[in-house]
Amino acid sequence: MSTNSEALQGLIAGRFPDARGRFGPFGGRYVPETLIPALERLTEGVQAHLHDAEFRQALGSELATWAGRPTALTYAGRLSAAWGAHIWLKREDLAHTGAHKINNALGQALLAQRLGARRIVAETGAGQHGVASAAACARLGLPCTVYMGAIDMERQAPNVGRMRLLGAQVVPVTGGDRTLRAAIDEALRDWVSDPLGTYYLLGSAVGPHPYPYLVRELQAVIGREARTQYQQVAGRLPDAVIACVGGGSNAIGMFHAFVPDRGVEIIGIEAGGRGAMLGGNAATLSFGRPGVLHGSYSMLLQDADGQIQETHSVSAGLDYPGVGPEHALLAHSGRVRYETAGDEESLAAVRALCELEGILPALESAHALAGARRWAHAHAGGTVLVCLSGRGDKDMPTFQQTLLAERP
Amino acid sequence: MSAHERISAAIRTASAGGDPALVAYLTAGFPSRERFRTDLRRIAGAADVVEIGVPFTDPMADGVTIQRSSRAALEQGVSLRWILAELEAIRPPLATPLLLMSYLNPLLAFGIESLASAAERAGVTGFIVPDLPFDEGDALHAALTARGLALVQMVTPVTSQERLARICARGQGFVYAVTITGTTGRNTGVAANVTEYLDIVRRHANVPVCAGFGIRGREQLEQLRGHVDGVVIGSALVEILEQGSDPAQWLQSLRNRQP
Repeated sequence: MSTNSEALQGLIAGRFPDARGRFGPFGGRYVPETLIPALERLTEGVQAHLHDAEFRQALGSELATWAGRPTALTYAGRLSAAWGAHIWLKREDLAHTGAHKINNALGQALLAQRLGARRIVAETGAGQHGVASAAACARLGLPCTVYMGAIDMERQAPNVGRMRLLGAQVVPVTGGDRTLRAAIDEALRDWVSDPLGTYYLLGSAVGPHPYPYLVRELQAVIGREARTQYQQVAGRLPDAVIACVGGGSNAIGMFHAFVPDRGVEIIGIEAGGRGAMLGGNAATLSFGRPGVLHGSYSMLLQDADGQIQETHSVSAGLDYPGVGPEHALLAHSGRVRYETAGDEESLAAVRALCELEGILPALESAHALAGARRWAHAHAGGTVLVCLSGRGDKDMPTFQQTLLAERP
Repeated sequence: MSAHERISAAIRTASAGGDPALVAYLTAGFPSRERFRTDLRRIAGAADVVEIGVPFTDPMADGVTIQRSSRAALEQGVSLRWILAELEAIRPPLATPLLLMSYLNPLLAFGIESLASAAERAGVTGFIVPDLPFDEGDALHAALTARGLALVQMVTPVTSQERLARICARGQGFVYAVTITGTTGRNTGVAANVTEYLDIVRRHANVPVCAGFGIRGREQLEQLRGHVDGVVIGSALVEILEQGSDPAQWLQSLRNRQP
């Protein structure tokens, strides 16, 4: 990729990923040789089924009758009055199991079924992907094992119980950093042990090819719906679109439909945590350098020796030192601007949305709201579409220690 | 003789009598940084080739033993730079060929361009990179080949015949035949169909074939005899170091035929 404009033109024309799973210089397939046949088979399966009429019909029907799509587009009137710009919310929190994760989990579980998988393994950070995977597997009758970092199991305890009720086996990961990154390491190790019988249901737009592509295609329904819904009510496109970015699945799903709309500003919000210091955040695109983790070449939070950094965010779902390769290219091309929102301003945004709109957002989604607040201050009277990627019930243990601890 | 030819020659010489050559693995700086050169010398004296593990925070192909040794080494500040400096300080250089086994990211952070010359200065003969499959390895392969260093290729029981042929054609030093589907160090024994697979790998390879992952003792060596040119002993040796036992003596015991 010689120039940014070349990357930009390729993105607008929908040329990525290429046949080798590359988004410009990013992406690829960096995994142990044992996984190569499984990834090749998955790639063939994606090509055979994903855009096939029978699969689209089955997925569309399940999304509509079981998962609750399309999700609403809500005008946040009181929030708009408080923040000074028109704020619209794409309500992925209303999707079944409480977040956008179900779009991907359901789609991949249907694919796994068609590929003859005997069992499903998944990783989870905040627990939303784990719950979505457990639910989709229960619906389709597939055994499901979810790896979850021991720290995340504590801070997202309600989701651990939900996964177990939905029939999944939840395996605590006590090695590594005991959060999402270690959970992915462990899920990959499980998959290496049975690459052909086990289907790895990866939850974000990260990992080796074809996952970043597959997850984007399954999540792109968010932006497609939102774009149509907004055009129907407003007769035009919004000025800006904002989503939070950890691995980046809700963001790529929201952004994909808007990338060719050059008049629409696109902004991704990463977890700024406690600040810019090393280990104080999980803002990969803001502070990272290129490298290889979990099967793809992308931006990474790493030290000078290439060791992966510990990260911090109040939001478990954003607490990840890597990011999807397509986001790395979107940043490189300049098409999407990536900013950060810290723990405090994200918690403040949770309070604002609760009090002004009667919606309890997930901590992840609250980062997008904090970004929208900043945008609104700079663009009074403008219109911004925010991906409200999930609901905040799972974050009650954190709210008890923060927002609720501040009040009598 | 180029560096990668030295690896092949060492394995061929050691296995000439029919017993597989021993490729011994240790994580650099484990159990302690201070002991690294001493442990390395002892192991190099008893093994035919030594693989030095560069610790990484996210070793996805490794089981619990090497996860533990990698973490302990990182906690002591072991880095690729430190390892190369330690190796360069060994004078005269060890006669046993030394390989570095590293995940890709520490190599990328070091810089692919400067890696080959730095490795050559340190007396390293090649690299094994478990998360760099054949298809993604062109840049590193070119950089190493320019200095005569090996990029050892891995094959597995699930690798297709067609792919196996392509990978083996690029084999340098030796072909690393992973014997199980799984992570390193699992005590699974040698499955019945593994010898058949190893025979196929050997037919395709122009360089020696060494079996690895889950090889822990004399019994497995006996089963593999005649089907491989060498075996890689990793987790089991790391556990010997962990227990404070003598690694050279233990490696020697693997060579002694059972009565």
